[in-house]
Amino acid sequence: MSQDELRKNEVEKEEFDELREKLRGAIPAIGQAELRRDLWPDMLRRMERPKIRVPWFDWALLGVATAAAIFFPAVIPALLYHL
Amino acid sequence: MELLERFVAGELEAFEALFRQYQCEVYRWIVRIVRDPAAAEDLTVETFWRVHRAHARFCADGNFGAWLRRIATNVALDHLRKARPTSELLADVAAAEMPDGLEQQEVRKTILRAFAELPARLRIVVQLALIEDEPHKEIAESLGISLAAVKLRMYRGTRLLRKKLEKQGVRP
Repeated sequence: MSQDELRKNEVEKEEFDELREKLRGAIPAIGQAELRRDLWPDMLRRMERPKIRVPWFDWALLGVATAAAIFFPAVIPALLYHL
Repeated sequence: MELLERFVAGELEAFEALFRQYQCEVYRWIVRIVRDPAAAEDLTVETFWRVHRAHARFCADGNFGAWLRRIATNVALDHLRKARPTSELLADVAAAEMPDGLEQQEVRKTILRAFAELPARLRIVVQLALIEDEPHKEIAESLGISLAAVKLRMYRGTRLLRKKLEKQGVRP
């Protein structure tokens, strides 16, 4: 490595260290934060939450609208109007 | 049967045992990324929810801790992308004690704003490496990217940050 490259690397490292110091001054490290409570009850609640189900009627409506748009493209403006 | 095998088979007791064993570790990792204890608790639960849903895809011989860390990192990254980081980080400043003068506080706020404006994928790397002193290898493993990619993101992140700070009149 040439002298110029070495000097450039040194300058870059210095700038990098300066930035690190500035950042740490503004945003302190969290380090080893401790969990204050057991999260298992929350986990159980999350697992019991019912899955969102789309009713069969919505699927049927979507099918009809898609078929109408494919076979009768003229109805697209009307469908968009009703959205 | 081993604990991990029972977990893969979908046994709730095995999942609970793993949850209790790893919840603190996952929380500690997430809070270092999102910097908000309440959000970190929710995201810890979200991480384990994803783990629970994907139990059948985990290989019982694999490294459960590394798999969990990867999922937790993705969950935290999703949160960083959705959340409004500026307000969270500025709350950090308000919470911290400020013995300095007004000018110093302004500089801090400028740095925080510039940092918060970084894209999430760069911010997470800069934050873990520069602020939390996490080794590059750990960051690479948790993000599922190569060591070279971590270094590249570090370089891009710090360059972008420096540019933003210079624009705001703060010499980095």
